[in-house]
Amino acid sequence: MKWLHKDLLDVSQLSKSEVMSIFETAGRFQELQERPVKKVPTLKGRSVILFFAEPSTRTKTSFDVAGKRLSADTFSLAKSSSSLTKGETLKDTALTLQAMAPDAIVIRHWCSGAARFLANRLDCAIINAGDGRHAHPTQALLDSFTLHQEWGDLAGKTILILGDIAHSRVARSNVILLNKLGAKVRLCAPRTLLPHGVKHWPVKVYSDLNEASKGVDAVMCLRLQLERQKDGLLPDLREYSRTFGLGQRHIDLANPDVKIMHPGPMNRGVEIASDLADCADSLVLDQVSSGVVTRMALLFLYMTRKGEE
Amino acid sequence: MAKIDLIVRRAKLDGKEVDIFVSKGKIVEVKKSAETIDAGDAKVEEAFGLTVMASMTDVHVHLREPGFEYKEDVESGLRAAAWGGFSNILCMANTKPVNDDDSVTKLMLEQARKFWPKGPRLFPIGALTKGLKGEELAPMAELAEAGCAAFSNDGVPVKSTELFRRAMEYASDWDKVVIDHCEDPYMGVAAGVNEGVVSSRLGLPAQPDMAEALQVARDVLLAEYLELPIHLAHISCRKSLDLIRFAKERGVKVTAETAPHYLVLTEDYLENEATEYDTNAKVNPPLRTLDDQNAMLEGLNDGTIDCLATDHAPHAAHEKETEFDVAPCGITGLDTALSVTWQLVKDGKLKKEAFTRAWTTAPCEIFKLPVNTFQPGDPADFFLFDEAEEWTVEPQALHSKGKNTPLLGTTLKGRVKTHFIQGKKIV
Repeated sequence: MKWLHKDLLDVSQLSKSEVMSIFETAGRFQELQERPVKKVPTLKGRSVILFFAEPSTRTKTSFDVAGKRLSADTFSLAKSSSSLTKGETLKDTALTLQAMAPDAIVIRHWCSGAARFLANRLDCAIINAGDGRHAHPTQALLDSFTLHQEWGDLAGKTILILGDIAHSRVARSNVILLNKLGAKVRLCAPRTLLPHGVKHWPVKVYSDLNEASKGVDAVMCLRLQLERQKDGLLPDLREYSRTFGLGQRHIDLANPDVKIMHPGPMNRGVEIASDLADCADSLVLDQVSSGVVTRMALLFLYMTRKGEE
Repeated sequence: MAKIDLIVRRAKLDGKEVDIFVSKGKIVEVKKSAETIDAGDAKVEEAFGLTVMASMTDVHVHLREPGFEYKEDVESGLRAAAWGGFSNILCMANTKPVNDDDSVTKLMLEQARKFWPKGPRLFPIGALTKGLKGEELAPMAELAEAGCAAFSNDGVPVKSTELFRRAMEYASDWDKVVIDHCEDPYMGVAAGVNEGVVSSRLGLPAQPDMAEALQVARDVLLAEYLELPIHLAHISCRKSLDLIRFAKERGVKVTAETAPHYLVLTEDYLENEATEYDTNAKVNPPLRTLDDQNAMLEGLNDGTIDCLATDHAPHAAHEKETEFDVAPCGITGLDTALSVTWQLVKDGKLKKEAFTRAWTTAPCEIFKLPVNTFQPGDPADFFLFDEAEEWTVEPQALHSKGKNTPLLGTTLKGRVKTHFIQGKKIV
């Protein structure tokens, strides 16, 4: 198939059938992961720059592994080593990267819209690996792919996203994608951690986690940034974990086969009870392995779109 | 009768073709165009096909000098004003150093006299508090004496209501109006985006409309209590409009301005595919909703909003071409304000009388500035305007150094062809 998009900025750009193509491609790479030799020459000679202006270990490693398994050359530019700390503007960094002629740039940045900023200026593919509070499309795709592997179709399933929605790019992208795939989305958070415009979103909002948990098919916990207390959004972590931390009592109210997810890194005992993260219904590690194959699929689709039929 | 030294021939004024007779910088007579005239020694300006309008006054401009001359300076700012149709400009105090000392006021005026001796006239606005820090009163007597026309803490609202009250009282001793930038000092400060659907979707820290309205409420209550005038800068939302209307009905001496960008753009601009996260639309107060836009037009038409002002806020290209969170707030306006607002008149959205009041008589009355209403004795401040000329808003078409406007790339109608201030051609 011919891939139409130059960049992946958010899941809102993708049609449902394009999402299905991504899943199908990821599924093929999944089989590959079960072989002793996991590397294929698909992107040999192509280069990917991993430009992480915000610290990240998992996402960056996941992209790095994905690129290398496809035989692409991956280069890292992290905040600590980058000229960003020397006061270079994002524009100049972007143009410098462009001059190195990569086939794709994976960007993680603390500002919403930073991926769009690069995409508007550079010719290579831009893959958004998280921009500010705005979007984290590859996370949303790997989350839905994980559920897709479990269930097949997501249509009609009810998924609860729990935690700091206001500051979460993961939540924003997941709300869009899950709706696109026909799932029903619930959000649960204190009002202080919900965006003001949430009333316009295609979701059902709960402030009571017990109510929110009733009959759900999956729960996605979000990481709570510990500085929210200082921002005046929460009294303290103890109260938060007592009222909005996911525990066994909530799982008992959910669908018996409920799946538990977390994009990581987890604050065990804050947003999720420690034993739940490790239980049989937890998909946390499946998300990690889905992450690699989803990102392989994305690198493949976005980096081979020119001229190769 | 005074000796006529300038005659503007066959200019269109309110739809009629007129001849304008000027002597020593003042209007002597405006009358229906004659077939032929005896000009004597007077200079004759043929204006056939052009519209003549009274020069406008912009009470809210950032000229950036001293301190930020790379963004704008007095020379380039006044050039943009001259070509934009403005004869009077009030410039804000957030320079470096801040205009809280008469040496700064004098420098601004010196630059204006040096580069634009015939106008546009520059009226600096003095700082309300030292360094705009909101801690101690600025030396307003000294500043007024040096030529400051009003006082304002500009974009840094005074947090202490007690100090702000004292500043209003003290400014009144020098017969000056205080201009307040209404923004709650703690709510979404200078976020540059309206809190609502768009900000929630884009994941940007945002400012709710009530952050402005709260401060409007404080100010009108203070103005009523102190029986002093107050002028509210760049009003952007319906909630503020309602409060101002309520205050005016009670007889409070409150006046207000809004800016052209609030009349033609809304927060949706930031969500359009082509202009998503366009930092040129990052402005404080932020672009609001369609309902707020309609409210601003209603307010101008019914007089609740007295003035138009550009809040001309030039920034260098590299400052705006950056991450949204990092970019400074501000839109330039001197070059585009006339075309944009005159188009609203043509489209029937803004009444002609409201346009004239908001750009000429109201601001001049509030700040006691010279104004032309084409009556005998008025200053001969007017420009000739080609209403039909289309132009594209491109960086090279703007006289200001600041090219930061979300109107870049759009086509506007109407350009100033020549501009007279006190009967002298300035451009």
